[in-house]
Amino acid sequence: MSDTQAHSVAYVRDTMLPQQPAPAGQSGAVQWLRENLFSGWLNTLLTLLGVALIYTLVMHFLPWFLHGVWDANSIKECRTIITDRYGEGATGACWAVIRERWHQFIFGFYPPELYWRPILTFLLLFVAVGPLLFTWVPRVLAWFTPVYPFLAVWLLWGGSGWTPLMIFAGFVLGAAILLVLSPRLGSIMAFSIGAFVAILYFLFVVGPLIDGLQAILPWGLESVDSAKFGGFLLAITLGVGGIMMSLPLGIVLALGRQSDMPLVKGFSVVFIEFIRGVPLITLLFVASLLLNYFLPPGTNFDIILRVMILVTFFAAAYIAEVIRGGLAALPRGQYEAADALGLDYWKAQRLIILPQALKISIPGIVSTFIGMFKDTTLVVFVGLFDPLKGIPDFIRADFNWKGIYWEPFIFVGAIFFILNFAMSRYSMSLERRLQRDNH
Amino acid sequence: MKKSVFFGALTAATLTAGLAGAATLDDVKSRGELICGVNTGLVGFAAPDANGNWSGFDVAVCQAVAAAVLGDPSKVKYVPTSGQTRFTALGSGEVDLLARNTTWTFSRDTDLKLQFTATNYYDGQGFMVRKDSGVTSAKELDGASICIQTGTTTELNLADYFKANNMSYQPITVDSNAEGEQQFLAGACDAYTTDASGLAATRAAFANPSDYVILPEIISKEPLAPAVRQGDDQWTDIVRWTVFALIGAEEYGVTSANIDELAKGTDNPEVNRLLGTEGDLGAMIGLDKDWAVKAIKANGNYGEIFAATIGEQTPIGLARGLNAQWTQGGLMYAPPFR
Repeated sequence: MSDTQAHSVAYVRDTMLPQQPAPAGQSGAVQWLRENLFSGWLNTLLTLLGVALIYTLVMHFLPWFLHGVWDANSIKECRTIITDRYGEGATGACWAVIRERWHQFIFGFYPPELYWRPILTFLLLFVAVGPLLFTWVPRVLAWFTPVYPFLAVWLLWGGSGWTPLMIFAGFVLGAAILLVLSPRLGSIMAFSIGAFVAILYFLFVVGPLIDGLQAILPWGLESVDSAKFGGFLLAITLGVGGIMMSLPLGIVLALGRQSDMPLVKGFSVVFIEFIRGVPLITLLFVASLLLNYFLPPGTNFDIILRVMILVTFFAAAYIAEVIRGGLAALPRGQYEAADALGLDYWKAQRLIILPQALKISIPGIVSTFIGMFKDTTLVVFVGLFDPLKGIPDFIRADFNWKGIYWEPFIFVGAIFFILNFAMSRYSMSLERRLQRDNH
Repeated sequence: MKKSVFFGALTAATLTAGLAGAATLDDVKSRGELICGVNTGLVGFAAPDANGNWSGFDVAVCQAVAAAVLGDPSKVKYVPTSGQTRFTALGSGEVDLLARNTTWTFSRDTDLKLQFTATNYYDGQGFMVRKDSGVTSAKELDGASICIQTGTTTELNLADYFKANNMSYQPITVDSNAEGEQQFLAGACDAYTTDASGLAATRAAFANPSDYVILPEIISKEPLAPAVRQGDDQWTDIVRWTVFALIGAEEYGVTSANIDELAKGTDNPEVNRLLGTEGDLGAMIGLDKDWAVKAIKANGNYGEIFAATIGEQTPIGLARGLNAQWTQGGLMYAPPFR
């Protein structure tokens, strides 16, 4: 080829030039910087201001972090060590308070020799919720899920081993009646009878039964009083309990609000609007103070249970509205398709409506859960030891640590961040997994 | 055996409605434990250590009462109460005794149906300022910004004081002592005000205590007293005279060191009556003869408790001041044991 053209063309290059790298200003970090940070005089100015701000903050706080002291027994010792190491006037974090008191941040006043019980409860939580959250967990573990709440309460608070068994038996009794009678009497009638029998059982039978069984064959765990709960043990107990109970309640309320039955709809609307309309603090004060005036003196209605019930109501009202949003977002055709297939109300909800509505609502539901988990720190106002303020306040009451301020906030904030970030990432992965792109 | 809580509550509602208030002593004895409402944490007065064991000046009252009634100062269950929950906790029967640096005031005594037993600490509100501010008297604080905890009597006292002296101030409200310290150290306010005992403890915990001074003026009266419910006179008497036994023991020179010796009998009839070797004062309040011996043995007499928890040898370093015995120019004065 080149031979034939050689005479007609003055010059033919017969070797490829090696590829040149892009000009220095058009590639790599320099290009990225220019496009993203210095693309105009305004952006350049903002970048410089930002860098100056970050530099100031880092220079202000970095020494404080770098001078952190772990091996001291009081804030005075911390200060002495920091002065010795870094000279007069140096400031530093006194992480020693975390080293000495970390167990109180985690467990409150729970007896140290019994720490295995909350730890075991926490680990079993993953076994119990695993089948609900992840598809790769063996399905057979789902049998453990309904048992877990009873086991968890027993592990945490202790007491007779018969109590959780007999209370669980009451639920089994109610469910059995429902299953046996519903083919003959219809689901509503069977549900009423089952609930009635179960309530009679809880009111009159379960107490003497447990006493009797305990007298015949005593076994159980050492009781731990609610007053000993604190820190993250309290926050997670309230948070998980509230989440577990508020989701079903929220779904029921959301469906109730869509219902055609005026009584059900009215009750749902009043409940949701009332609970959403008052601040959580109000509800907590109701739980801790107002109830005391209604209940007779000397009544021991557990404060954690009271708070958990009202936190659940609060979260359920929000979740109901989130799910209602999901229900409203479903195209009308889905409802009509369910009707056209001849499904009854519950089947339509269970098989067609709720799976789609809940999928749409996942971000909102998880946001509500995260918000509720963080709101558990508000229990400090009713005299419980939340990890953020209650625990640090009483640690500061020890003269050795009086004057500690930021370290507990940073420590507790970091743990809250880890837990909430995990929840948030899980919800994103769940959304991806359920992505169907069909409408 | 604890039944299902909710139904237990319902049953209790039908059975015990209206019976409350009576015979706290019997309740405590049958329970084998005194339930004591304490502060959620106040340096020197009530604080749990790393193992959750409570100690402090108020806690010592709980322990003395438990020792007098049950014979064992460790048989106390401490219920931490906040400023908002403390009176309800007592009124609803959640606690038997409130030893929580609570100021004895008219409305609390009458309207809230409390029974204050005997003042165990005379406190008062003071001010702390930076030394380089040059302020030496509270009268010079006109126009100053002052850090103050909200919802406390200190807030009202401050308003009263500045009004009475025809001065103005700018309140910087904080939620708790810890926040108040931070604001004051950060220079957000010129002065920090709270109870003098709290000021002393706060100042002692600063990195440079000598840079700050506590002004001499005390602008309020804060007699702190353990409180019980109205309507159970026997229980009121027990708590009141346990506190008096501690105060009297100091006056008569009964200490935890010599009490075993003195309890065998002395030449002083007053001491003998106090310690139960003469007469039978214990039976008059439904307790054993040696109730006061047990109470004093728990943590020592009033002076010993003061010295061990908040006195000048401790980091908090409070002087006895008003809380000295009446023989030493203070206000601590136990009525005669007769």
